[in-house]
Amino acid sequence: MSKSTIAAIATPLGDGGIGIIRISGDNAIAVGDKVFKSLSGKRLADLPGYSCLFGNTVNGTELIDQTVATVFRAPKSYTGEDVVELSVHGGRLILKKLLRAVCEQGAALAEAGEFSKRAFMNGKIDLTQAESIMGLISANSDSEFKMASGALRGRVSDEIEGIKDALVNLAAHIAVFADYPDEDLPELDPENFQKILNDIIAKLEKILASYDVGRVLREGISAAIVGKPNVGKSTLMNLLSGTARSIVTDVAGTTRDVIEETVTVGEITLRLADTAGIHSTDDTVEKVGVDLAKARIESSELVLAVFDQSASLDNEDLKLLDNIKNKKAIVILNKNDIGEQIDKNVFGDMPLVLISAKTGDGYEALASAIAKITSVAQLNPDAAVLGSERQRDCAKRALDASRFALDTMKQGISIDAVGVCLDDAVAALLELTGKRVTNEVSDEVFRHFCVGK
Amino acid sequence: MNYFADNYDVAIIGAGHAGIEAALVSAKLGCKSVIFTVSADWIGNMPCNPSIGGTAKGHLVRELDALGGEMGKAADATTLQSRMLNRGKGPAVHSLRAQIDRRAYSGYMKHAVELQKNLDVKQAEVTEIEKDGDNWKIITRLGATYICRAVILATGTFLGGKIFVGEVNYSSGPDGQFPADLLSDSLKKLGVPLRRFKTGTPARVARDSINFELTEEQPGDQKTVPFSFSTEENPKNTVMCHIAYTNDETKKVILENLHRSPLYAGEIEGVGPRYCPSIEDKMVRFADKQRHQLFIEPCGADTEEMYLQGMSSSLPEEVQIKFYRTIKGLENVKIIRNAYAIEYDCIDPINLQPTLELKDFAGLYGAGQFNGSSGYEEAAVQGFMAGVNAAHKIKGLEPLVLSRASSYIGTLIDDLVTKGCSDPYRMMTSRSEYRLLLRQDNADERLMPIGRELGLIDDNAWQSFCDRVALKEKEIERLRTTTLPPSDEINEMLVSRGTAPLNTGCKLDDLLRRPQLDYECLAPFDKGRPALPESVAEKVEIEIKYDGYIRRQQSQVDEMLRLEKQRIPENIDYDVVYGLRLEAKEKLNRVRPTNIGQASRISGVSPADVSVLIIHLEKKRQEKAND
Repeated sequence: MSKSTIAAIATPLGDGGIGIIRISGDNAIAVGDKVFKSLSGKRLADLPGYSCLFGNTVNGTELIDQTVATVFRAPKSYTGEDVVELSVHGGRLILKKLLRAVCEQGAALAEAGEFSKRAFMNGKIDLTQAESIMGLISANSDSEFKMASGALRGRVSDEIEGIKDALVNLAAHIAVFADYPDEDLPELDPENFQKILNDIIAKLEKILASYDVGRVLREGISAAIVGKPNVGKSTLMNLLSGTARSIVTDVAGTTRDVIEETVTVGEITLRLADTAGIHSTDDTVEKVGVDLAKARIESSELVLAVFDQSASLDNEDLKLLDNIKNKKAIVILNKNDIGEQIDKNVFGDMPLVLISAKTGDGYEALASAIAKITSVAQLNPDAAVLGSERQRDCAKRALDASRFALDTMKQGISIDAVGVCLDDAVAALLELTGKRVTNEVSDEVFRHFCVGK
Repeated sequence: MNYFADNYDVAIIGAGHAGIEAALVSAKLGCKSVIFTVSADWIGNMPCNPSIGGTAKGHLVRELDALGGEMGKAADATTLQSRMLNRGKGPAVHSLRAQIDRRAYSGYMKHAVELQKNLDVKQAEVTEIEKDGDNWKIITRLGATYICRAVILATGTFLGGKIFVGEVNYSSGPDGQFPADLLSDSLKKLGVPLRRFKTGTPARVARDSINFELTEEQPGDQKTVPFSFSTEENPKNTVMCHIAYTNDETKKVILENLHRSPLYAGEIEGVGPRYCPSIEDKMVRFADKQRHQLFIEPCGADTEEMYLQGMSSSLPEEVQIKFYRTIKGLENVKIIRNAYAIEYDCIDPINLQPTLELKDFAGLYGAGQFNGSSGYEEAAVQGFMAGVNAAHKIKGLEPLVLSRASSYIGTLIDDLVTKGCSDPYRMMTSRSEYRLLLRQDNADERLMPIGRELGLIDDNAWQSFCDRVALKEKEIERLRTTTLPPSDEINEMLVSRGTAPLNTGCKLDDLLRRPQLDYECLAPFDKGRPALPESVAEKVEIEIKYDGYIRRQQSQVDEMLRLEKQRIPENIDYDVVYGLRLEAKEKLNRVRPTNIGQASRISGVSPADVSVLIIHLEKKRQEKAND
């Protein structure tokens, strides 16, 4: 039996030293080769089982992390299929990023217990183990099923249901138009059709964006504190760690040591990388310049850029500004107790926060600026938020299919092709809410159209 | 007094569209067969619309033809007017529909069954059916007793048939024929779970009582195509159809008399088809609609009877006369046959296996309206499949079950046996999730190899099929590898059609993929193009133009087939499957799917239930292997 290729994070979610993404199935090695580039230039496809390569994982041109890739050849693997395991640093963000990249290269997200299920089917684990996995799967399914069937109707279900209904309605229009050509039905209005489709696309985009906001709340956001020497990075760090619980984790990586420090500001957790230098009172380390900060800026989702407001901006400040202009960034003006020399106009629309090391002023302002820039402030606590990567995957497929439908329509390709795309979108949303495809479209046809001989 | 009459391999009860295909194919596959009909004058009757095909139904006819069925050939031979519907809406929904000479069609089919070797035709009412060891015993009204190894029930609206016209109702088959009431009793006694469905038909009226000046004409296509892949001459249009409309007055008459409709008075218990509402139903359910359209269609070349499509009714005859006469063009219309509703016995198809054999009655098969479907074409394809499977079972051969991905036939049967139906089931293109793959133009590529394997496609038809496929593939390859250089002439054409001119050479298939262009408009610039039959050129164009969408569906098909390959043993006990939810257990027990794919389509069975089921099956398999 040929099986689709699946992937998932194989290590517990949390702050571990190493995280592993496992890919299993006929195309596991091909998928692995698409996201992993070894330093030696060797491909995973060239490797025998039980061997590994060192290199980087990438999403297109974007570097994800340094990685050790291990290849297992069927049947000598956990699942009994071809398996690739990608070992990266244990940050949740890195793992999620990598998983998403792997899925974009054709792997499907593994369902709960799916690796073990395959392992059992391929004779890799015994019956007792299988029984306990079955218990797990059915427990999950029961709660999922309850969610979907209305006992615990979540907001996501409601929102998705609304979008699905709109899609089914469009599909029914096409179906009735195609299935009853001789009926006296109003012509399809392409403009209105496109308007509805645009609306659906916007809603799906919003839901997907909400997933990212929800993720910020659940998992925090990677942030970097940057600024030229002696502007007050340590002051900021002290302000953050002084008012909130600060955890410093010493992570022994495979190649270099990474210090990731977690601080909570308001509701949001910031994961600050490479804070060692900032903490230090040793001037030489504080002198880590703007040039070196560049890489950190690129790998972070949020940048806190510190400037000394008692002095005019110099070239190095301006260079830093240039580096952060396309990032989510907050300008932090330190030393507001000394006096103001800085020309604030150069910061344009960027959010400004004034802090003072001496008095500790500015913490509240900083917290609200972070909430605002990460959209957490705008997050309606009642809004629909996708709960899992699986749901995100379904919503994304629905969005892609809806966009494809709109594109097909705009290009003037016949409506049956549009219908095919809409069907795909509906199927993805039904999968999201755990409902099965029944006769949604034809039921809709009969409800709303007067047709028949 | 009963007497032993004969032994048969397969007996078919009913000589409508299902019965005919069942009888022909079972005889062709070498089974000694007999077909029973209440009236030998009405074999292959069309008691409703005098037409074959239409959306999705046209697909069914072509698929049946590719497998070796008769309907397409008979329709081509008796076509009065032919149209390809949905030409502008894309290849997935192109559907052929033809007006048919009703008497000529019936005559053609009568002769076909009479000529068929291995097949006897009997005018007799079957009144009893009972088990006889491994066989079935069939007894007619006159006491003739037949012992048969398999029986196919293709009873249509005859089984317990009851006609309703206003306050009047009486036991009857269609078109003034008598019903099969005793057979219905006998089946109930046997324990076959029967239920009531109903359907309806409009009036037939006299041609010379219609003022056609006040109606719109609806001509056939200028260029017609046949249903059958083996029909060489394109059918000719010899008649005109017309369109008329209801108005406020029609609505008023109908609504004023609604209380006299047996449906609204609650006298009809049978469930009617949602897609085929009576005119009174349309007026009530779609009260906002200003007018309803009707088609005036001739019933034959040598009759003056005209069929009023869209105007079925079970209102009293006097009300019918009154409301038909409110319609522009029908002011003086004279009714030859009144409209009526007819109620009949059928089963819930959830009681059927995918072979159309009843789950609880080995050797008993159902087809057509008996299985809860509606429509001549739906009936014919089921008859064919039941006939093949009855014959295969007798001969000890593998059953023939078509997948959803292969055909509308497979989709129809899978829908019926997996989901059951709560109203008469009609095929529609939207029922198929693979409609870009299941086109009417490629029915031969999808199914003729199966027909050939069955031994139903002769050498000529097979050779011509193979030639067509080879031509198509060669031409697609040529378009993919031939580059057209830019030139003033081609760029002028491209710009005039609103698409970008060429700067460098462009592959022909890339040009053809542009929505603004078609195969025809590229002809003057494509010097190396071979002369191709139109059907081949059409296929080439579709397969290139819709390549991306076709591949999108193909990947879904591959995923589905993977699940279909995992079979579920017949004797599985769902109650002991650890981890299955209660609802899933109940549904699985009711449907008893034959494979995991089918199980996953049952509503109420979640993806997690399917996983649990897969593990259970695998566990059993390994236990067995270890024994």
